[in-house]
Amino acid sequence: MPVEPAVRVDNVAKRYGRRSVLDGISLAVAPGTRLGLIGPAASGKSVLLKLICGLEQPTSGAIALLGTDVVGKREAELGDVRKRVGMLFQNYALFDFLTVAGNVRFPLERRGGLEPQIIAERVANRLRAVGLAGSEDKLTGELSGGMKKRVGIARATVADAELVIYDEPTAGLDPVTTQKIYDLLAADQQRTGATVVAVSSDVAALAQFVDEIAFLYRGTILYRGPAATIADAPDPLVRQFVRGELEGPLDEPGVPRLGSAAEGQRGVEDVR
Amino acid sequence: MFGDAIASIGASARWIAQEVGGILVLTGQVLRALVPPKLDTRELWKNLYKMGNKSVPIVVLTAFFAGGLMTLQTGPFVKKLGATSLAGWGAGYAVLREIGPILIALMFSGRVGANNTAELATMTVTEQLDGLRALAIDPVRFLIVPRVLAMMVMLVALTVIGDLVALLGAAIVGRYMLQIDWSTMYYSFADNLKPYDFLHGIYKSFAFGGAIAVASCYFGVTVRGGAVGVGRAVNASVVASAVSIMLLDFFITYLSA
Repeated sequence: MPVEPAVRVDNVAKRYGRRSVLDGISLAVAPGTRLGLIGPAASGKSVLLKLICGLEQPTSGAIALLGTDVVGKREAELGDVRKRVGMLFQNYALFDFLTVAGNVRFPLERRGGLEPQIIAERVANRLRAVGLAGSEDKLTGELSGGMKKRVGIARATVADAELVIYDEPTAGLDPVTTQKIYDLLAADQQRTGATVVAVSSDVAALAQFVDEIAFLYRGTILYRGPAATIADAPDPLVRQFVRGELEGPLDEPGVPRLGSAAEGQRGVEDVR
Repeated sequence: MFGDAIASIGASARWIAQEVGGILVLTGQVLRALVPPKLDTRELWKNLYKMGNKSVPIVVLTAFFAGGLMTLQTGPFVKKLGATSLAGWGAGYAVLREIGPILIALMFSGRVGANNTAELATMTVTEQLDGLRALAIDPVRFLIVPRVLAMMVMLVALTVIGDLVALLGAAIVGRYMLQIDWSTMYYSFADNLKPYDFLHGIYKSFAFGGAIAVASCYFGVTVRGGAVGVGRAVNASVVASAVSIMLLDFFITYLSA
Protein backbone atom coordinates (compact mmCIF):
# COMPACT_ATOMS: atom_id res chain seq x y z
CA MET A 1 0.00 0.00 0.00
CA PRO A 2 1.51 3.34 -1.08
CA VAL A 3 2.51 5.63 1.76
CA GLU A 4 1.04 9.15 1.74
CA PRO A 5 3.90 11.65 1.49
CA ALA A 6 4.35 14.01 4.41
CA VAL A 7 4.64 16.84 1.90
CA ARG A 8 3.19 16.69 -1.60
CA VAL A 9 3.58 19.57 -4.03
CA ASP A 10 1.83 19.09 -7.39
CA ASN A 11 2.67 21.39 -10.30
CA VAL A 12 2.72 24.51 -8.17
CA ALA A 13 3.32 27.94 -9.64
CA LYS A 14 3.63 31.24 -7.80
CA ARG A 15 3.55 34.66 -9.38
CA TYR A 16 3.70 38.12 -7.81
CA GLY A 17 2.06 40.32 -10.38
CA ARG A 18 3.93 39.59 -13.59
CA ARG A 19 6.97 38.15 -11.83
CA SER A 20 7.08 34.37 -11.82
CA VAL A 21 8.91 32.94 -8.79
CA LEU A 22 7.95 29.27 -9.03
CA ASP A 23 6.95 27.51 -12.21
CA GLY A 24 5.55 24.00 -12.21
CA ILE A 25 7.20 22.68 -9.04
CA SER A 26 6.38 19.09 -8.10
CA LEU A 27 7.92 17.17 -5.27
CA ALA A 28 7.02 14.72 -2.55
CA VAL A 29 8.76 14.06 0.74
CA ALA A 30 8.29 10.64 2.28
CA PRO A 31 7.47 10.49 5.98
CA GLY A 32 10.47 10.27 8.25
CA THR A 33 12.95 11.43 5.61
CA ARG A 34 15.04 14.58 5.34
CA LEU A 35 15.03 16.68 2.19
CA GLY A 36 17.41 19.58 1.60
CA LEU A 37 16.61 22.45 -0.75
CA ILE A 38 19.41 24.47 -2.28
CA GLY A 39 19.65 27.02 -5.03
CA PRO A 40 20.94 30.49 -5.88
CA ALA A 41 19.60 33.51 -4.05
CA ALA A 42 16.04 34.48 -5.04
CA SER A 43 15.35 31.10 -6.62
CA GLY A 44 12.14 30.73 -4.59
CA LYS A 45 13.26 28.44 -1.77
CA SER A 46 11.70 30.45 1.08
CA VAL A 47 8.57 31.06 -1.00
CA LEU A 48 8.22 27.30 -1.50
CA LEU A 49 8.52 26.71 2.24
CA LYS A 50 5.82 29.29 2.94
CA LEU A 51 3.55 27.73 0.34
CA ILE A 52 4.05 24.31 1.94
CA CYS A 53 2.93 25.72 5.31
CA GLY A 54 -0.04 27.51 3.78
CA LEU A 55 1.35 30.91 4.81
CA GLU A 56 0.98 31.93 1.18
CA GLN A 57 -1.28 30.55 -1.50
CA PRO A 58 0.07 29.31 -4.86
CA THR A 59 -1.11 30.88 -8.08
CA SER A 60 -1.89 27.36 -9.29
CA GLY A 61 -1.30 23.78 -8.27
CA ALA A 62 -1.98 21.68 -5.21
CA ILE A 63 -0.14 21.18 -1.94
CA ALA A 64 -0.85 18.62 0.77
CA LEU A 65 0.77 18.77 4.18
CA LEU A 66 0.61 15.62 6.33
CA GLY A 67 -2.33 14.47 4.26
CA THR A 68 -4.23 17.77 4.45
CA ASP A 69 -4.76 20.01 1.42
CA VAL A 70 -3.57 23.52 2.27
CA VAL A 71 -4.56 25.33 -0.92
CA GLY A 72 -7.67 27.50 -0.80
CA LYS A 73 -8.25 26.87 2.90
CA ARG A 74 -9.16 29.52 5.49
CA GLU A 75 -6.78 30.14 8.38
CA ALA A 76 -9.07 28.40 10.86
CA GLU A 77 -9.08 25.25 8.69
CA LEU A 78 -5.28 25.05 8.73
CA GLY A 79 -4.97 25.22 12.51
CA ASP A 80 -4.96 21.48 13.16
CA VAL A 81 -2.30 20.64 10.60
CA ARG A 82 -0.11 23.59 11.59
CA LYS A 83 -0.04 22.31 15.16
CA ARG A 84 1.80 19.27 13.80
CA VAL A 85 4.46 21.39 12.07
CA GLY A 86 7.46 23.26 13.43
CA MET A 87 9.03 26.03 11.37
CA LEU A 88 12.22 28.02 11.57
CA PHE A 89 12.00 31.23 9.53
CA GLN A 90 14.93 32.68 7.63
CA ASN A 91 14.64 35.97 9.54
CA TYR A 92 13.78 34.19 12.82
CA ALA A 93 10.25 35.68 13.26
CA LEU A 94 10.85 35.78 17.01
CA PHE A 95 8.19 37.53 19.06
CA ASP A 96 9.76 40.69 20.40
CA PHE A 97 7.09 41.00 23.08
CA LEU A 98 8.40 37.80 24.73
CA THR A 99 11.69 36.82 26.33
CA VAL A 100 13.86 34.01 25.00
CA ALA A 101 12.17 31.50 27.30
CA GLY A 102 8.77 32.99 26.47
CA ASN A 103 9.37 32.44 22.76
CA VAL A 104 10.34 28.81 23.25
CA ARG A 105 7.51 28.19 25.72
CA PHE A 106 4.89 29.79 23.45
CA PRO A 107 4.08 26.80 21.16
CA LEU A 108 3.71 24.44 24.14
CA GLU A 109 1.44 26.84 26.03
CA ARG A 110 -0.70 27.46 22.98
CA ARG A 111 -1.19 23.80 22.18
CA GLY A 112 -2.19 23.05 25.78
CA GLY A 113 -2.34 19.69 27.53
CA LEU A 114 0.98 19.97 29.37
CA GLU A 115 1.63 20.80 33.01
CA PRO A 116 3.54 24.05 33.58
CA GLN A 117 6.38 22.13 35.20
CA ILE A 118 6.75 19.86 32.17
CA ILE A 119 6.72 22.90 29.90
CA ALA A 120 9.40 24.58 32.00
CA GLU A 121 11.58 21.45 31.88
CA ARG A 122 11.27 21.07 28.13
CA VAL A 123 12.05 24.74 27.57
CA ALA A 124 15.12 24.55 29.82
CA ASN A 125 16.32 21.39 28.07
CA ARG A 126 15.85 22.91 24.65
CA LEU A 127 17.69 26.10 25.52
CA ARG A 128 20.53 24.09 27.03
CA ALA A 129 20.70 21.96 23.87
CA VAL A 130 21.09 25.02 21.63
CA GLY A 131 23.63 26.63 23.97
CA LEU A 132 21.42 29.36 25.38
CA ALA A 133 21.14 28.31 29.02
CA GLY A 134 21.34 31.50 31.07
CA SER A 135 19.68 33.66 28.38
CA GLU A 136 16.11 32.82 29.35
CA ASP A 137 15.15 36.31 30.47
CA LYS A 138 16.73 38.24 27.63
CA LEU A 139 14.52 40.03 25.17
CA THR A 140 15.04 39.26 21.50
CA GLY A 141 16.38 42.74 20.86
CA GLU A 142 19.36 41.97 23.09
CA LEU A 143 20.42 38.92 21.07
CA SER A 144 22.96 38.54 18.30
CA GLY A 145 21.87 37.08 14.97
CA GLY A 146 23.30 33.69 15.83
CA MET A 147 21.52 33.66 19.19
CA LYS A 148 18.24 34.58 17.52
CA LYS A 149 18.71 31.72 15.09
CA ARG A 150 19.20 29.29 17.98
CA VAL A 151 16.10 30.58 19.76
CA GLY A 152 14.19 30.03 16.52
CA ILE A 153 15.50 26.46 16.31
CA ALA A 154 14.54 25.82 19.93
CA ARG A 155 11.03 27.14 19.29
CA ALA A 156 10.62 25.10 16.09
CA THR A 157 11.68 21.84 17.77
CA VAL A 158 10.34 22.12 21.33
CA ALA A 159 6.95 20.59 20.51
CA ASP A 160 8.31 17.43 18.73
CA ALA A 161 6.41 18.20 15.54
CA GLU A 162 5.73 15.57 12.86
CA LEU A 163 7.14 17.85 10.17
CA VAL A 164 9.88 20.37 10.78
CA ILE A 165 10.84 23.01 8.25
CA TYR A 166 14.14 24.84 8.59
CA ASP A 167 14.89 27.92 6.54
CA GLU A 168 18.64 28.51 6.87
CA PRO A 169 19.12 26.83 10.26
CA THR A 170 22.81 27.65 10.54
CA ALA A 171 23.10 31.04 8.86
CA GLY A 172 25.19 33.35 11.03
CA LEU A 173 26.62 30.52 13.14
CA ASP A 174 30.28 29.63 13.43
CA PRO A 175 31.44 26.25 12.04
CA VAL A 176 31.60 24.54 15.45
CA THR A 177 28.12 25.72 16.44
CA THR A 178 26.86 24.77 12.98
CA GLN A 179 28.04 21.21 13.48
CA LYS A 180 26.51 21.09 16.98
CA ILE A 181 23.19 22.34 15.65
CA TYR A 182 23.07 19.78 12.86
CA ASP A 183 23.99 17.02 15.33
CA LEU A 184 21.14 18.21 17.55
CA LEU A 185 18.67 18.35 14.66
CA ALA A 186 19.73 14.88 13.53
CA ALA A 187 19.34 13.45 17.03
CA ASP A 188 15.90 15.09 17.35
CA GLN A 189 14.79 13.66 14.03
CA GLN A 190 15.97 10.18 14.93
CA ARG A 191 14.17 10.38 18.26
CA THR A 192 10.85 11.68 16.91
CA GLY A 193 10.85 10.21 13.38
CA ALA A 194 9.81 13.60 12.06
CA THR A 195 9.97 14.56 8.40
CA VAL A 196 12.41 17.38 7.72
CA VAL A 197 12.65 19.92 4.92
CA ALA A 198 15.68 22.18 5.21
CA VAL A 199 16.92 25.09 3.13
CA SER A 200 20.53 26.07 3.53
CA SER A 201 23.30 27.91 1.72
CA ASP A 202 25.88 25.79 3.55
CA VAL A 203 25.62 22.86 1.18
CA ALA A 204 28.45 20.84 2.71
CA ALA A 205 26.95 20.87 6.20
CA LEU A 206 23.44 20.35 4.85
CA ALA A 207 24.55 17.34 2.82
CA GLN A 208 25.69 15.61 6.01
CA PHE A 209 22.29 16.16 7.62
CA VAL A 210 19.75 15.34 4.90
CA ASP A 211 19.07 12.21 2.83
CA GLU A 212 18.34 13.95 -0.46
CA ILE A 213 18.95 17.37 -1.91
CA ALA A 214 16.81 19.15 -4.51
CA PHE A 215 18.28 22.02 -6.53
CA LEU A 216 15.90 24.88 -7.22
CA TYR A 217 16.82 27.07 -10.16
CA ARG A 218 14.76 29.79 -11.86
CA GLY A 219 11.54 28.54 -10.30
CA THR A 220 11.84 24.85 -11.07
CA ILE A 221 13.50 21.84 -9.51
CA LEU A 222 16.36 21.15 -11.80
CA TYR A 223 17.79 18.15 -9.97
CA ARG A 224 17.06 15.88 -7.06
CA GLY A 225 19.41 13.23 -5.79
CA PRO A 226 21.27 11.69 -2.85
CA ALA A 227 22.90 14.26 -0.58
CA ALA A 228 26.12 12.27 -0.27
CA THR A 229 26.91 12.60 -3.97
CA ILE A 230 25.52 16.07 -4.69
CA ALA A 231 28.95 17.44 -5.51
CA ASP A 232 29.22 14.92 -8.36
CA ALA A 233 25.71 15.49 -9.71
CA PRO A 234 25.44 14.88 -13.47
CA ASP A 235 24.06 18.38 -14.02
CA PRO A 236 26.89 20.94 -14.52
CA LEU A 237 24.77 23.75 -13.07
CA VAL A 238 24.36 21.81 -9.84
CA ARG A 239 28.05 20.86 -9.73
CA GLN A 240 29.10 24.49 -10.24
CA PHE A 241 26.78 25.72 -7.49
CA VAL A 242 27.70 23.04 -4.97
CA ARG A 243 31.43 23.33 -5.58
CA GLY A 244 31.30 27.14 -5.57
CA GLU A 245 33.03 27.45 -8.92
CA LEU A 246 33.06 30.89 -10.51
CA GLU A 247 33.16 29.65 -14.07
CA GLY A 248 30.30 27.66 -15.48
CA PRO A 249 26.79 27.76 -16.93
CA LEU A 250 25.12 29.18 -13.80
CA ASP A 251 23.24 32.42 -14.52
CA GLU A 252 24.37 32.64 -18.12
CA PRO A 253 21.45 34.11 -20.09
CA GLY A 254 19.72 31.72 -22.44
CA VAL A 255 21.22 28.59 -20.87
CA PRO A 256 18.84 25.73 -21.65
CA ARG A 257 17.56 23.86 -18.62
CA LEU A 258 19.46 20.61 -18.43
CA GLY A 259 17.78 17.50 -17.00
CA SER A 260 14.18 16.63 -17.71
CA ALA A 261 11.16 17.27 -15.52
CA ALA A 262 11.24 13.56 -14.68
CA GLU A 263 14.62 14.11 -12.97
CA GLY A 264 13.11 16.61 -10.56
CA GLN A 265 10.13 14.38 -9.90
CA ARG A 266 12.08 11.20 -9.25
CA GLY A 267 11.27 11.44 -5.54
CA VAL A 268 7.53 11.45 -6.34
CA GLU A 269 7.75 8.07 -8.10
CA ASP A 270 9.85 6.65 -5.27
CA VAL A 271 7.20 7.55 -2.69
CA ARG A 272 4.26 6.50 -4.82
CA MET B 1 -1.85 67.22 -18.59
CA PHE B 2 -5.59 67.08 -18.09
CA GLY B 3 -5.46 63.35 -18.73
CA ASP B 4 -2.71 62.96 -16.12
CA ALA B 5 -4.83 64.83 -13.59
CA ILE B 6 -7.82 62.59 -14.26
CA ALA B 7 -5.62 59.50 -14.03
CA SER B 8 -4.20 60.73 -10.74
CA ILE B 9 -7.66 61.38 -9.30
CA GLY B 10 -8.79 57.97 -10.48
CA ALA B 11 -5.77 56.26 -8.94
CA SER B 12 -6.36 58.07 -5.64
CA ALA B 13 -10.05 57.14 -5.66
CA ARG B 14 -9.17 53.52 -6.34
CA TRP B 15 -6.61 53.53 -3.51
CA ILE B 16 -9.13 55.02 -1.08
CA ALA B 17 -11.77 52.47 -2.10
CA GLN B 18 -9.24 49.67 -1.66
CA GLU B 19 -8.24 50.84 1.80
CA VAL B 20 -11.83 51.43 2.93
CA GLY B 21 -12.74 47.96 1.66
CA GLY B 22 -9.80 46.45 3.51
CA ILE B 23 -10.78 48.22 6.72
CA LEU B 24 -14.33 46.92 6.41
CA VAL B 25 -13.03 43.38 5.84
CA LEU B 26 -10.87 43.64 8.96
CA THR B 27 -13.84 44.98 10.91
CA GLY B 28 -15.83 41.93 9.84
CA GLN B 29 -12.99 39.63 10.91
CA VAL B 30 -12.82 41.32 14.31
CA LEU B 31 -16.60 41.04 14.81
CA ARG B 32 -16.50 37.36 13.76
CA ALA B 33 -13.65 36.72 16.20
CA LEU B 34 -15.86 38.10 18.99
CA VAL B 35 -18.47 35.37 18.42
CA PRO B 36 -17.83 33.49 20.60
CA PRO B 37 -15.58 35.90 22.51
CA LYS B 38 -12.45 33.79 22.98
CA LEU B 39 -9.95 36.44 23.98
CA ASP B 40 -6.36 36.31 25.05
CA THR B 41 -6.96 38.00 28.39
CA ARG B 42 -3.26 38.52 29.04
CA GLU B 43 -2.95 40.53 25.82
CA LEU B 44 -6.15 42.42 26.66
CA TRP B 45 -4.95 43.50 30.12
CA LYS B 46 -1.55 44.43 28.77
CA ASN B 47 -3.12 46.66 26.13
CA LEU B 48 -5.62 48.20 28.53
CA TYR B 49 -2.74 49.29 30.73
CA LYS B 50 -0.49 50.44 27.90
CA MET B 51 -3.19 52.37 26.06
CA GLY B 52 -5.06 53.72 29.06
CA ASN B 53 -2.86 54.41 32.06
CA LYS B 54 -0.03 55.87 30.07
CA SER B 55 -2.36 58.20 28.14
CA VAL B 56 -3.86 59.84 31.24
CA PRO B 57 -1.28 62.65 31.60
CA ILE B 58 -1.60 63.90 28.03
CA VAL B 59 -5.40 63.63 28.11
CA VAL B 60 -5.57 65.56 31.38
CA LEU B 61 -3.36 68.29 29.92
CA THR B 62 -5.38 68.49 26.70
CA ALA B 63 -8.73 68.48 28.48
CA PHE B 64 -7.72 71.10 31.07
CA PHE B 65 -6.72 73.60 28.41
CA ALA B 66 -9.72 72.72 26.23
CA GLY B 67 -12.08 73.58 29.08
CA GLY B 68 -10.14 76.71 29.91
CA LEU B 69 -10.14 77.83 26.29
CA MET B 70 -13.91 77.47 25.98
CA THR B 71 -14.38 79.66 29.04
CA LEU B 72 -11.90 82.22 27.71
CA GLN B 73 -13.75 82.35 24.39
CA THR B 74 -17.29 82.51 25.75
CA GLY B 75 -16.74 84.26 29.07
CA PRO B 76 -16.29 87.86 27.82
CA PHE B 77 -19.49 87.66 25.79
CA VAL B 78 -21.66 86.28 28.57
CA LYS B 79 -20.25 88.89 30.98
CA LYS B 80 -20.98 91.66 28.50
CA LEU B 81 -24.57 90.42 28.16
CA GLY B 82 -24.91 90.01 31.91
CA ALA B 83 -25.49 86.30 31.52
CA THR B 84 -22.65 85.11 33.72
CA SER B 85 -24.82 82.27 34.95
CA LEU B 86 -24.49 80.73 31.48
CA ALA B 87 -20.68 80.87 31.34
CA GLY B 88 -20.28 77.34 32.72
CA TRP B 89 -22.99 75.98 30.51
CA GLY B 90 -21.49 77.47 27.36
CA ALA B 91 -18.05 76.02 28.03
CA GLY B 92 -19.40 72.74 29.37
CA TYR B 93 -21.83 72.16 26.51
CA ALA B 94 -19.12 72.64 23.88
CA VAL B 95 -16.59 70.53 25.77
CA LEU B 96 -18.86 67.62 26.66
CA ARG B 97 -20.52 67.29 23.28
CA GLU B 98 -17.77 68.23 20.83
CA ILE B 99 -14.42 69.62 21.84
CA GLY B 100 -13.64 67.09 24.54
CA PRO B 101 -14.35 63.90 22.57
CA ILE B 102 -12.72 65.22 19.39
CA LEU B 103 -9.55 66.59 20.95
CA ILE B 104 -9.09 63.58 23.19
CA ALA B 105 -9.68 61.23 20.25
CA LEU B 106 -7.18 63.10 18.09
CA MET B 107 -4.61 63.02 20.88
CA PHE B 108 -5.34 59.31 21.39
CA SER B 109 -4.95 58.65 17.68
CA GLY B 110 -1.63 60.44 17.55
CA ARG B 111 -0.29 58.67 20.59
CA VAL B 112 -1.92 55.27 20.87
CA GLY B 113 -3.11 54.75 17.31
CA ALA B 114 0.23 55.65 15.77
CA ASN B 115 2.10 53.48 18.26
CA ASN B 116 -0.25 50.59 17.57
CA THR B 117 0.31 50.88 13.82
CA ALA B 118 4.07 51.04 14.26
CA GLU B 119 4.07 47.97 16.51
CA LEU B 120 1.91 45.87 14.21
CA ALA B 121 3.76 47.07 11.13
CA THR B 122 7.10 46.12 12.64
CA MET B 123 5.72 42.72 13.58
CA THR B 124 4.49 42.27 10.02
CA VAL B 125 7.77 43.18 8.31
CA THR B 126 9.74 40.96 10.72
CA GLU B 127 7.40 38.03 9.93
CA GLN B 128 6.13 37.74 13.50
CA LEU B 129 2.56 37.53 12.20
CA ASP B 130 3.64 34.65 9.95
CA GLY B 131 5.29 33.12 13.00
CA LEU B 132 1.97 33.25 14.86
CA ARG B 133 0.10 31.73 11.91
CA ALA B 134 2.70 28.96 11.63
CA LEU B 135 1.96 28.15 15.29
CA ALA B 136 -1.77 27.89 14.43
CA ILE B 137 -2.53 31.16 16.21
CA ASP B 138 -4.97 33.52 14.52
CA PRO B 139 -3.33 36.98 14.60
CA VAL B 140 -6.77 38.63 14.52
CA ARG B 141 -7.92 36.89 17.71
CA PHE B 142 -4.56 37.08 19.45
CA LEU B 143 -3.30 40.53 18.54
CA ILE B 144 -5.96 42.64 16.91
CA VAL B 145 -9.13 41.94 18.90
CA PRO B 146 -7.52 42.73 22.29
CA ARG B 147 -6.15 45.97 20.87
CA VAL B 148 -9.48 47.01 19.35
CA LEU B 149 -11.34 46.33 22.59
CA ALA B 150 -8.69 48.02 24.70
CA MET B 151 -8.70 51.13 22.52
CA MET B 152 -12.49 51.43 22.53
CA VAL B 153 -12.80 50.93 26.28
CA MET B 154 -9.88 53.17 27.13
CA LEU B 155 -10.93 56.05 24.90
CA VAL B 156 -14.31 56.11 26.61
CA ALA B 157 -12.64 56.01 30.02
CA LEU B 158 -10.20 58.73 29.05
CA THR B 159 -13.04 60.86 27.71
CA VAL B 160 -14.86 60.58 31.04
CA ILE B 161 -11.69 61.66 32.86
CA GLY B 162 -11.11 64.35 30.26
CA ASP B 163 -14.64 65.72 30.62
CA LEU B 164 -14.24 66.13 34.37
CA VAL B 165 -10.85 67.76 34.00
CA ALA B 166 -12.18 70.04 31.26
CA LEU B 167 -14.99 71.29 33.50
CA LEU B 168 -12.42 71.88 36.24
CA GLY B 169 -10.25 73.79 33.77
CA ALA B 170 -13.25 75.86 32.71
CA ALA B 171 -14.01 76.69 36.33
CA ILE B 172 -10.40 77.61 37.18
CA VAL B 173 -10.04 79.89 34.16
CA GLY B 174 -13.47 81.40 34.87
CA ARG B 175 -12.50 82.15 38.48
CA TYR B 176 -8.96 83.46 38.03
CA MET B 177 -9.07 85.07 34.60
CA LEU B 178 -12.67 86.25 34.26
CA GLN B 179 -13.53 86.67 37.95
CA ILE B 180 -16.54 84.39 37.74
CA ASP B 181 -16.85 82.83 41.17
CA TRP B 182 -16.88 79.10 41.86
CA SER B 183 -20.54 78.87 42.83
CA THR B 184 -21.67 80.66 39.65
CA MET B 185 -19.70 78.22 37.52
CA TYR B 186 -20.84 75.22 39.54
CA TYR B 187 -24.53 76.10 39.34
CA SER B 188 -24.15 76.98 35.68
CA PHE B 189 -22.90 73.43 35.06
CA ALA B 190 -25.39 71.71 37.37
CA ASP B 191 -28.52 73.62 36.33
CA ASN B 192 -27.99 73.67 32.58
CA LEU B 193 -25.94 70.64 31.55
CA LYS B 194 -27.99 67.48 31.11
CA PRO B 195 -26.80 63.87 31.45
CA TYR B 196 -27.47 63.48 27.73
CA ASP B 197 -24.86 66.17 26.97
CA PHE B 198 -22.31 63.98 28.69
CA LEU B 199 -23.59 60.74 27.09
CA HIS B 200 -23.58 62.31 23.65
CA GLY B 201 -19.85 62.75 23.94
CA ILE B 202 -19.41 59.23 25.25
CA TYR B 203 -21.26 57.70 22.29
CA LYS B 204 -18.94 59.60 20.02
CA SER B 205 -15.87 58.43 21.93
CA PHE B 206 -16.98 54.84 21.56
CA ALA B 207 -17.33 55.27 17.81
CA PHE B 208 -14.06 57.19 17.55
CA GLY B 209 -12.27 54.47 19.49
CA GLY B 210 -13.53 51.82 17.10
CA ALA B 211 -12.47 53.85 14.07
CA ILE B 212 -8.99 54.58 15.43
CA ALA B 213 -8.53 50.96 16.49
CA VAL B 214 -9.51 49.36 13.21
CA ALA B 215 -7.68 51.91 11.07
CA SER B 216 -4.47 51.64 13.09
CA CYS B 217 -4.56 47.84 13.06
CA TYR B 218 -5.36 47.69 9.34
CA PHE B 219 -2.48 49.89 8.26
CA GLY B 220 -0.18 48.00 10.60
CA VAL B 221 -0.88 44.53 9.23
CA THR B 222 -0.97 45.54 5.56
CA VAL B 223 2.39 47.30 5.56
CA ARG B 224 4.81 46.68 2.71
CA GLY B 225 8.39 47.76 2.27
CA GLY B 226 10.39 47.59 5.48
CA ALA B 227 11.19 50.65 7.58
CA VAL B 228 9.97 53.12 4.96
CA GLY B 229 6.72 51.20 4.77
CA VAL B 230 6.30 51.38 8.55
CA GLY B 231 6.60 55.16 8.42
CA ARG B 232 4.07 55.37 5.59
CA ALA B 233 1.69 53.09 7.47
CA VAL B 234 1.82 55.25 10.60
CA ASN B 235 1.17 58.37 8.55
CA ALA B 236 -1.77 56.76 6.74
CA SER B 237 -3.18 55.50 10.03
CA VAL B 238 -3.14 58.91 11.69
CA VAL B 239 -4.68 60.64 8.67
CA ALA B 240 -7.36 57.97 8.24
CA SER B 241 -8.19 58.13 11.94
CA ALA B 242 -8.51 61.92 11.87
CA VAL B 243 -10.77 61.84 8.81
CA SER B 244 -12.88 59.08 10.38
CA ILE B 245 -13.24 61.09 13.59
CA MET B 246 -14.51 64.15 11.73
CA LEU B 247 -16.90 62.14 9.55
CA LEU B 248 -18.28 60.17 12.48
CA ASP B 249 -18.66 63.32 14.53
CA PHE B 250 -20.66 64.96 11.79
CA PHE B 251 -22.98 62.02 11.22
CA ILE B 252 -23.54 61.23 14.89
CA THR B 253 -24.34 64.89 15.60
CA TYR B 254 -26.66 65.07 12.60
CA LEU B 255 -28.48 61.85 13.45
CA SER B 256 -28.97 62.79 17.07
CA ALA B 257 -30.13 66.34 16.36
